[in-house]
Amino acid sequence: MTSRQRNTGIIAFLAAFIIFILPFVFTFFMAVKSRQEAALFLFTWPSEWHFWSNLVEVVQARNYMLLLAYFNSTIITVGAVALLVIFGAMVGYVLQRRPSGWNKLIYAGVLMGLMVPPAVVPTIWVLQGLGLFKTIHGMILIQVAYGLAFSVLLYRSFIATIPRDLDEAAIIDGAKPWAIFFKVILPLLKPVTVTLILVQSIAIFNDFTNPLYYLPGRENVTVQLTLFNFQSQFQSQFNLLFMNILLVTIPPLIVFVIFNRQIVAGMTAGAVKG
Amino acid sequence: MTAKRRSPYPYWFVLPAAVVFTVLFLVPTIASFWFSMTRWDLFQTEFIGWDNYRQFFKEPFLVQGLTNTLIYAVVTSGAKTILGLLLAVLLTSGILWQGFLRSVVFFPVLVSTIGVGITFAALMHPTKGAINIALSYVGIDGPSWLSDPTLALYSVAFIDIWKGVGLATLIYIAGLAAISPEYYEAARIDGATRSQQFWRVTVPLVQPATVTVVTLSLIGGLRSFDIIWATTKGGPGFASDVLASVIYKQYQAGFYGLATAGNVILFLLIAIIILPLTWWFNKREVDL
Repeated sequence: MTSRQRNTGIIAFLAAFIIFILPFVFTFFMAVKSRQEAALFLFTWPSEWHFWSNLVEVVQARNYMLLLAYFNSTIITVGAVALLVIFGAMVGYVLQRRPSGWNKLIYAGVLMGLMVPPAVVPTIWVLQGLGLFKTIHGMILIQVAYGLAFSVLLYRSFIATIPRDLDEAAIIDGAKPWAIFFKVILPLLKPVTVTLILVQSIAIFNDFTNPLYYLPGRENVTVQLTLFNFQSQFQSQFNLLFMNILLVTIPPLIVFVIFNRQIVAGMTAGAVKG
Repeated sequence: MTAKRRSPYPYWFVLPAAVVFTVLFLVPTIASFWFSMTRWDLFQTEFIGWDNYRQFFKEPFLVQGLTNTLIYAVVTSGAKTILGLLLAVLLTSGILWQGFLRSVVFFPVLVSTIGVGITFAALMHPTKGAINIALSYVGIDGPSWLSDPTLALYSVAFIDIWKGVGLATLIYIAGLAAISPEYYEAARIDGATRSQQFWRVTVPLVQPATVTVVTLSLIGGLRSFDIIWATTKGGPGFASDVLASVIYKQYQAGFYGLATAGNVILFLLIAIIILPLTWWFNKREVDL
């Protein structure tokens, strides 16, 4: 490393610290301050530390709403991601292995899924007709519908790297199509599945707009909506609001620290090929 | 059993995904064209032709939502593309703590947009916020970032760029890694300066990444809603309203037909911008 590279690194670090790290430090400081001190908004070292009491208070607020929200968000995320993995891999598999006129139609669907903004009110109308509006499983299916395009593309390009000889060996052994897929192909997709699970989990866990439209109601609250509710209902308790932000930021931070490489792989898929 | 050997890749594999996608995405999208021409309360529809669209292009605050959407998308996408490329070049040049710096730039992409919005709303507070207090130390009288009508949209755009530039950087880093070092060697042998190498080698050869960054950030910018809702709710007045927030407001007010017309306009706007852009990018892809 040249001295120029070292000095640039130090300058870049200082800039990154001010621009990218300080806002998180601010959030943390606000979250541990007393109610009066947090209301001042100042970026100062907390004069008293109320980490634990603020944490307990925000968890207990409005009859343990945050716990309910974590529960709901977890169910939605796990359910939707599981379906996205299976459905996405199945479509990507057929799309890559069986070239035919249908593929054009599937690609058109994928392109639409990536580009077209969902028509919200007509979607509510459909959900109501099916009895899925304001239900957790309705929300899961919405997340599946919106996430499919990305899953299909990710799986299709990965399946292209798996040799067909494997399928053919299984076919000669007399395996049924579903057995070939679930017992031979799906286990081989593990690296891309891990990536997909991470990227989609974070996207669905952080989703605000879709629960806002399709999942109204106290008992259906999700993590991002607690934050939003807190903002309007507890205007004077900024310490609790920021503690809530902190609690919502920690899960992605942990996931990021552990799975940095896989997340990066998922986010940059398609960057090289275009 | 049919005489023809059945394919080991049956089409019913596509079925579960196709059903969910069709029912919850395609049907509402197609239905939106009809509902956008009605006065609608979810139970009864009354056909009113192009009235909702007329209103969208006549009411000043709806027109402003439309122009704001375009400004917002161009500003955020442009900034993410340029800053993303510069950051990627910097973070692949072998500087000190390069890996850590990449993580720091990227992390905001993963955190809650609402949380980021609330945090920046506090930092941008006109009198108590840290940004203006810091500016006052160097003698600058900081503006009301989020409550000045001429500035609010750009302040929100800034927050969006702060949160999203990490993704652009990451995509560009992957794109730069795909450029063979031989091109730079050849350029150096020919006596190209650093800036010539950047403009003549890096920029043309990193184009696939540029296409991805521009397309993704434009679509994201045109559809942007949560960051605006968490900071200004489209205010002050309608100064930072975009199509997506207008749609939500009309939905809240019970104007479902009008909200759906907004949705159709947003869909057409994205199609009008993205499709020709993709075509143009594909046409001038460099051949090697």
